Amino acid sequence: MEKRATFSNLWLAAALIAPQMLLIFVFFYWPSGEALYWALTLEPPFGGDNEWVGMLNFQTVFEDPKYWNSVRISITFALFATSLSLGVAAILALFVDRRLLGHQVYKFTYFLPYALAAPAVGLAFRFIFSPDAGFVSAINRVYPDLWNPALDGYDAFALVVMAQAWTMVGYNFIFFLAALQSIPRTVNEASAMDGAGVLRRMWDIQLPLIAPTLFFLIVINITDSFVNSFGIIDIISAGGPARATDLMVYKIYTDGFQGKDYSLAAAQSIVLMVLIVVLTFVQFRYVERRVHYS
Amino acid sequence: MIERTPILDFLTHALLVLSFVALLMPMWIVFVAATHDFHTVNQVPMPLLPGSHLLENLAAAWERGNFDRVIVNSLIVALGVTGGKIVVAALSAFSIVYFRYRLRMVMFWLIFITLMLPLEVRIVPTYAVAADALRPFQGMLDFVGISIDLPEWNLLNSYSGLILPLVATATGTFLYRQFFLTVPDELTEAAKMDGAGPIRFFLQVLMPLSKTNMAALATIMFVWSWNQYLWPLLVVTDHQNYATATMQLQKIVPGPLFGEPPVWNVAMAANLIVMFPPVLVTILLQRWFVRGLIQTDK
Amino acid sequence: MAEIALRGVRKSYGKTEVVHGVDLDIAAGELVVILGPSGCGKSTLLRMVAGLETITAGDISIGGAVVNRLEPRQRGCAMVFQNYALYPHMTVADNIGYALKIAGVSRADRRERVGKVAGSLGLTEFLERKPGQLSGGQRQRVAMGRAMIREPRVFLYDEPLSNLDARLRVAMRVEIRKLHQRLGTTTLFVTHDQVEAMTLADRIVVMNKGVVEQVGTPQDVYNRPESTYVAGFIGAPGLNLLNGVADSDQGVVTLRDGQRLSYDRVRWPEVGHGPVIAGFRAEGVRLEPGGLSGRFDFAEELGAAQLIHATIGGETAIAHVAGATRLAAGDPISFIVDPAQVQLFDVSTGRRISGENESVPADRKGVHGLVLV
Repeated sequence: MEKRATFSNLWLAAALIAPQMLLIFVFFYWPSGEALYWALTLEPPFGGDNEWVGMLNFQTVFEDPKYWNSVRISITFALFATSLSLGVAAILALFVDRRLLGHQVYKFTYFLPYALAAPAVGLAFRFIFSPDAGFVSAINRVYPDLWNPALDGYDAFALVVMAQAWTMVGYNFIFFLAALQSIPRTVNEASAMDGAGVLRRMWDIQLPLIAPTLFFLIVINITDSFVNSFGIIDIISAGGPARATDLMVYKIYTDGFQGKDYSLAAAQSIVLMVLIVVLTFVQFRYVERRVHYS
Repeated sequence: MIERTPILDFLTHALLVLSFVALLMPMWIVFVAATHDFHTVNQVPMPLLPGSHLLENLAAAWERGNFDRVIVNSLIVALGVTGGKIVVAALSAFSIVYFRYRLRMVMFWLIFITLMLPLEVRIVPTYAVAADALRPFQGMLDFVGISIDLPEWNLLNSYSGLILPLVATATGTFLYRQFFLTVPDELTEAAKMDGAGPIRFFLQVLMPLSKTNMAALATIMFVWSWNQYLWPLLVVTDHQNYATATMQLQKIVPGPLFGEPPVWNVAMAANLIVMFPPVLVTILLQRWFVRGLIQTDK
Repeated sequence: MAEIALRGVRKSYGKTEVVHGVDLDIAAGELVVILGPSGCGKSTLLRMVAGLETITAGDISIGGAVVNRLEPRQRGCAMVFQNYALYPHMTVADNIGYALKIAGVSRADRRERVGKVAGSLGLTEFLERKPGQLSGGQRQRVAMGRAMIREPRVFLYDEPLSNLDARLRVAMRVEIRKLHQRLGTTTLFVTHDQVEAMTLADRIVVMNKGVVEQVGTPQDVYNRPESTYVAGFIGAPGLNLLNGVADSDQGVVTLRDGQRLSYDRVRWPEVGHGPVIAGFRAEGVRLEPGGLSGRFDFAEELGAAQLIHATIGGETAIAHVAGATRLAAGDPISFIVDPAQVQLFDVSTGRRISGENESVPADRKGVHGLVLV
């Protein structure tokens, strides 16, 4: 889209955009470029300029089974958390959109979890699902040692998936509800006159019409599960037990800042960046589809 | 619409009420845990009704987490990021939408790309820049072969280090841009006919019209920056003076690592303190928050 | 027996009542147009018949059975919406055939019936397209096809033509009329466009502010408006309405400035003495000396004719005259009004004055009136 009426003072235009460009240059483009540089070089042990090593860092990363473990875990984590939160959110939105008594209350409470900081969510879930105190521990009274996220990798994984899904349900709910509300009321009415009942309408009319929102949310959710999960992981499990929850972002953090291996961390960052960029491009394709409907 | 579906209506209500409980239960449990003493909170199963120790737990958590200081820090960061975004984004969106110059689309894409990669995936190099903010310029100078040594500008353990990198994304710019594009051209033309220049038009026409968008952006940015965790964790090593509220959670986790029994009541009280401001903001400004969410990402 | 009957139908949203008790009978096979300005409650009324709005009070029956509590799908009505309300993700064929699919009609039968309906609407070549790829007129037809395929008991149209451009609107109007002649389905059609109403309707229901002002054939509504509201709303321009004081002994209305306008005393025996509103059609006015005198304001050019706007007795009156006039603003002007064409309305209620005798055959009207004066 273009404006017909514009101003022509170029110096002013440059001055207006300068702060933004300066910020993204210093804190976005330069670091991203530097990540690439580090990924392709190694810092010599006794100081001096970095040494060009080509794909060596990537090779090291890709040959490390711990890295593939974290990739596998990140992807499973993304799939589980995303499908859980999207599924729940879609169902909730569809039924809240029926606008029965009280729907306003749900509208304004379901998204609350999203307002919480990831580490706060992590701490809450760690307590609630702790094996020897809190809420879920009661289960261990009945079936001793059934649940222990501190020792059992699957339990820990399930716990972080739940925490992530819980925060994202509210977010997805808002988008689904907005999408449902943008369907013209008469389209629903037309299908009611055509004889479709409530559930039939959800399936035949509403779900297909919010499909573009679904595709968009899939990408956002996956990205978020790669990124925002850091706080959850750090508080709940610190990547453990036995790397069962060692997501890519968490591994970058531990390798870079605790292991002080910038080159390795940088190479991993680059891989993650590429992954996210590819996802975003996939999303663009679906954005086009959305335009197609209207 | 006339529809009589009593069974489905009943199931709908049941589903929605159950979800309501499930979604708010964790917050309730945090609250309840923060109101009991050490022994009660460690009972299995824990009580689901609040006890009477809320204030003393809050006081203990406040003390332990150094909240006197960190709440102020978090507020400074959240307000700084919010204010910075609102201003910087409005200016750059105005430049992109209302001026026509050759590099306009280049700028547009340069800003747009930043939407893709969140800070978390590029922490390592961003951290290096924060250690010396003039480093990129030094790098440029070195690259073109000019040997001027710029001074070092260390952003670690400083408010600017906490704030600036968080301002450097494009969310706000796009929100403003979308909105500016919906402002009718006739309005600009009318302002021009009335003799308004770009600055006057921006301040007296565009900004007042953008009020609701600014409110939405501000709400969402406040919550977002309050909740930042990884970045403060890296930039701040001087915990006494520059720690933010969310960072304190890591310290207060009752870990089995240290061999001490978990003090869940105080930990949950601390969690309550950290959760409170963003929850308050979203409840009070829910309309703006929801609108901000939908607009910043679409 | 009436196919559709409304008895004291009311609708409130919270405390605001938007439909204030409507009674209406629609015979089987009739095409009734509900006409009124936006916000008059006409769409709400239609949606109550469809089952899309609950009925606050009163009864609606279709085919003799009260349907108040029936769901839309149980009422046997099909509806065409103003914005068409097509399913954007389905092809034209799926849109038209959706009701059959829900009814469990087999795929082959469905295809055949969709094909037939599409053929009759000239949509055959578009069956595989999505609504987004169609023009406004085509979408309109798809919406009609979707309604037709169910062979409903009643067709409901909610301002279906208002999103089309003027030429297409005229064409679709004709198609709807033809469709009605062919199928003979009872039809309720809502519009704010009086030309649409006049050309389509067997009977027109004029609504204003949630109340039915008049029900009648297009001729009735035009010639014998029941209220000043209908008088002003129907016709282009509406009836000229002038305030005055009636004298039934002489059969004249004295206007505010003292001029006298004669009316048919035999036709209006119960006027009495007192303030009334006198109305006459612009089309009946002749611009000749010796009538009501006033000042010329301006002329609206219609091509074959002109609408002459004038001020008479401090109020605006319009004459519809053939050819061109050469008058300047402020020039004196004189309206000759046939007394037989003067209609009288009550000042306080705005209703047509009651006790009117059958109007005299048109060819004798003028003579009769002149004799009496």
